[in-house]
This record gives sequence, C-alpha cells and structure tokens, in this order.
Amino acid sequence: MNLSNLFRIALRAISKNKMRAFLTMLGIIIGVASVIAMLAIGQGSKRSIESQISEMGSNMIMIMPYDAERAGGVRMGASNIQTLKNSDYEDIKNNAQYVKAVSPNVSSSGQFIYQNNNYPSSISGVTPSYLEIRQLKIKSGYMFTDIDIEENNKVCVIGKTIADNLFPGGEDPIGKIIRFNSIPFEIIGILESKGYNTMGMDQDAVVLAPYTAVQKRILAINYLQGIFCSAETEDLTPKAVESITVILAGNHRISNPDKYDFEIRSQEELSSMLTSTSDLMTILLACVAGISLVVGGIGIMNIMYVSVTERTKEIGLRMSVGARGGDILSQFLIEAILISITGGIIGVLLGFVASYGVKVFAGWPIFIESWSVVIAFFVCSAIGVFFGWYPAKKAARLDPIEAIRYE
Amino acid sequence: MKKTIIQLTDIKRDFLVGEETVHALKGVSFSIEEGQFVTIMGKSGSGKSTLLNILGCLDTPTSGTYLLDGTSVQSMNKDQRARIRNRKIGFVFQSYNLLANTTAIENVELPLMYNSAISSEERRKRAIEALQTVDLGDRLMHKSNQMSGGQMQRVAIARALVNNPSVILADEATGNLDTRTSFSILKLFQQLHREGRTIIFVTHNSEIASYCERNIVLRDGRIIEDTHNSGILSAAEALEKLPKEE
Repeated sequence: MNLSNLFRIALRAISKNKMRAFLTMLGIIIGVASVIAMLAIGQGSKRSIESQISEMGSNMIMIMPYDAERAGGVRMGASNIQTLKNSDYEDIKNNAQYVKAVSPNVSSSGQFIYQNNNYPSSISGVTPSYLEIRQLKIKSGYMFTDIDIEENNKVCVIGKTIADNLFPGGEDPIGKIIRFNSIPFEIIGILESKGYNTMGMDQDAVVLAPYTAVQKRILAINYLQGIFCSAETEDLTPKAVESITVILAGNHRISNPDKYDFEIRSQEELSSMLTSTSDLMTILLACVAGISLVVGGIGIMNIMYVSVTERTKEIGLRMSVGARGGDILSQFLIEAILISITGGIIGVLLGFVASYGVKVFAGWPIFIESWSVVIAFFVCSAIGVFFGWYPAKKAARLDPIEAIRYE
Repeated sequence: MKKTIIQLTDIKRDFLVGEETVHALKGVSFSIEEGQFVTIMGKSGSGKSTLLNILGCLDTPTSGTYLLDGTSVQSMNKDQRARIRNRKIGFVFQSYNLLANTTAIENVELPLMYNSAISSEERRKRAIEALQTVDLGDRLMHKSNQMSGGQMQRVAIARALVNNPSVILADEATGNLDTRTSFSILKLFQQLHREGRTIIFVTHNSEIASYCERNIVLRDGRIIEDTHNSGILSAAEALEKLPKEE
C-alpha cells in the first residue's frame, strides 16, 4: 500500500481527535523546549565566559608563588609565600622570550577614605604595563610612570566604582588625595568602565598604584605576590610559559619540576578549564531535560496503547475492507511519528521563546546552536518510532473478526 | 450460463474452546451465481456467523474448498485474504461501522485508500458515484454523527460498492433500523440486485426471506434448506403500504 495514502490515513486519524493528539505531544513539547532552552543557556554562558576571557587578554600569563610542600588539596593563600622576588620580575622583563609585557603584583585590602566617604576595596601594586596586560584604558588623567615606580611615589589610578563611591557629588577625583588605611595617595587617573565580569566581580572596583609604593609603604614586604605577563600572541603563550619557567627555575635553583615554588597559569588554560566546566554543566542540564523527553515518549506510548484499545472496532473495520497487518502497523507508527515530530516543532519554537524570555527578563546570555535543533528533531522521530512501535504492533496483530465485534 | 461467483465444497470449521472442540460448520456446500440475491438464515448458534466470516475471507475453513470468483481462497494467508477482501468483497454490518466524526465521502473512500492502484481522483469519483447510487449524492460532506440510522447504513452500502466487489455480504443489515427504514434499505438492495449485483444477506429474521430469490437455512452447522422463492415481494410496495408518518 503506498506511503502517501498511509500518510493521509494517519493524518486524518489524528485530526479527528486534535485535543488528544495535543495532550499526547505535551510531554514532547515540554521536553524539547527544555532541552533547547537549557542548551541555549549553557552555550550562552560558555560563549560569554570565552569572550570575557578573551577580552581580558587571551595571551595573559599569571605567575604565582607555590608551596610544593604543603600542596595537594587545599590551595595555600599565595599572599603568604615569599618565594617570588623583584629580581624575578626584572629577569623575566629583560630575558624572557615571546613575552610582550610584564608587571609584578602586590595587593592589600582595606578602606579607602575621602573626607566623609569610604569604600572597602583593595589596592593593587603594579607597573604601567599592567594596563596593556589586562586590557585596561585610562579615561581621564594619566597612568603612573616608571619614574613613579623608581621613586616609590604614592600615586594611584582608580576605577569608576571607587570614583562614584568616594566622590558621590560628582567632583573630579583627579588631583585629590585619598587615604588607604591612613596612607595618602594622590589620584592621577581614572580608568574606563568595564562593568561586571562573568564571575560576578566588579571590574571597576580597582585601585592601581606603583608596586614599590605598595610593597614599601603599605605592606612592608620585599617579595612579590604575583607577576602578570602577556605573551606576544595567543599561540606563542606555551613557549612564553616555557621561557619564564626556565628563568624562574634558574633563579630559584630548582631543577625538579615537582618542587617548583612557583605556579604559572596561562589564560588559555584558565579559559579551557572554565569552558570545560561550562560544558559539563550544559551536558548535565541537557541530560535532565533529556529525561523529560523520555518521559514524554512514555506518554506517547501510553496514549497510543490506550488508543489502540479504544479503536479496536475501527481497526477491525479497516481490516475487513482490506487493510493488512502491515498497513495498520504503518498507520499507527506514522501517527506516533507525526505526533512526536509536531511536538518537536512546537517544542523548538517554545524553546526559542523561553530562551529569549530568559535573556530579556533574567539578563542571562543565551546562544542557540543549530545542531541542538537538528538533534531535537532526530530524537523526536526516534521517540515516535521507538515508543509507537509496541502499540502499533499490537494493533496490527488484532483479529478482524474479534475486533469488529468488540464493544 | 451465468458465472459462479461462490462455490463452497464440504466446508468444515472447528473451534477449540478450552478443552473441547466445537464443530461450528459440519460440511457445508453450495454455489451462488452472479446476480443472485440470497439470504442465509438460522437461529443463533446455527453457524451462520462462522459461515459469513468464511465467505468474507475473514476466517479460513478447517477443511473444504472455497472458490471465490474462480480463485481458491481457503488456503490463503492473512495478507492475501486482506487483498481479496479489498478487491472482491463488500461488507455491510448491522451496526454500520462507519468511522466516527468522518464525512460520508471519506467513509466511502476507505476501501480504496488501501488499493494503491487507484489514484486519488479516481477514488473520489468512484466514491461520489457510489453515494449517488444510494441516493446520498447531496450529503457527501455530512459527518456520520449528523446522519440518521438509515442514512448511515446507506453510506455503509456505498462503501461496500465502491470497490466494485464480486459479492456484497450483508450481516443483519436491517437489524438496527426501524420498520420504515428497514424497508427502504431492502428496497435499495433490491435495486442493486436489479442492477446485477450478487448479494448475500445473513439474517435470523424470516420475513426478509420473502424479498430475496433464494433462501439457505442453516441449523447446527449444516444446511437444512436451500429453496428458490417463487413469489418475491417488492420492498418498494411494502414501503408504500406502511402507514404514513405524521
């Protein structure tokens, strides 16, 4: 019996009872919509992280001190380990290959005060190259210079959040003296706003000062808490890391990599770590949504099964006018597939709507991959076939004589 | 010499019910020629339903031969019998058995949907012709739930005609209808008979026998009577004679 006739028969049968068809496909609709929305949210967050990271400089390298003795499990607070020295910074700046910019890092948290206003934050001691490494820009005023570093000058450059909180009246902060834990610093520049990053941190709550001033005047230390570098290009990052490693290992006289007292993380590494976490989250979400698809499929099977019983007389009639077992099987199978695919289409549309709803109302980033839609369709057809098979087979095996007399 | 449409030779049918064997048909033989209008009668338990199922190729005999329009069908498998039903047999049931919530024309088209040799234009044309034959040419798009019992049975008859069958098998076709409607359906059958159709009418109602040309009576799985009717009554006249409705 030809396929188009069978198709027409199945279509007519479904349209006879549109409400039941709709209720049957509700499980699929919800399942597909949630898969699409979950994937969109997961992909959106992943892409957002990726772009945030690349915005920060995808060729960024972070060097931190590391206590190999007490490692394993809990990470030690890097601020207490004293193995990174100013000389390390100098050597890397002068000798490391494939490295474009280097800045040391020392920081301290405390209260910033200006007249009656205060704001808790931290002060980061860096060099001018820090701006380039972190892709920061000066909006007004100037960044401090190497001379300020040589002279341990107490000058600083602040971010928008600090400016707004210490100068709520809107005055120009430049030239004003603010105190950090009672130590005066003159504001010489203001950074362009960067907003919040994906990790929820306010990138404008920052105060930069010459690292020498922070080391000597605030912390009274002579070691560094970290060194930031940028590689010449993203691809050269691994080579840059290698070169830095050689220098540090040489300086610290450690030949066994397991005993290195420093840690080098590249942005690339961090990026792939974050995106793989994000991928994992996406997969988990999609699995949960996938389970609801299976439940939807079970719903189809239930309804088709009940439908076969209810339509026993009809099946008997069809057989009496010449439908073979195969014709009946095909009809019910096509009905199941039509229901699940239609449910899939509606689910995809609903998924789109839900995803955009999340974007508009919750502000979360979303990204809909075309493969998620394709997969949703394949899964729906498979569900239709798989869960429709058993009821369809049952229908085909009915005996026409008994079926037609069924009450 | 008219062609033999149906030839049954020593048809037996046994059923296994629990541990016992029930002999529903114990050796039935007869032949029916083209254009005959036959009633098969018997009380319940006489085996007439079993005989009907075998005649309609819904069931196969335990032994014996059945030639339908020259083809031997007793040893056909399920699919082959389905095909025979589709091409050569038209059923009319007591309870009409139309598809619910479906138009008359879709109901009548149903057998042709399972015949891939017929195009959709041809199918529609035949369905319309069949409905016109049964006087429902103006109700093509009416749905089954909008029709009276008599109209529904007419649709069922049109459906039985649409594939141009060798034989029409009617199982208590007037059983669910009132007297007036029953007569109008009988009138339709007689009209189809005049047009040359072969019709087998299975019933337990002996009144119907007077409207057909030949009566076969079954009892206990055997034929006890096979007579030709000399004085066939006209259903049309009987319909006229009924008291007029207010």
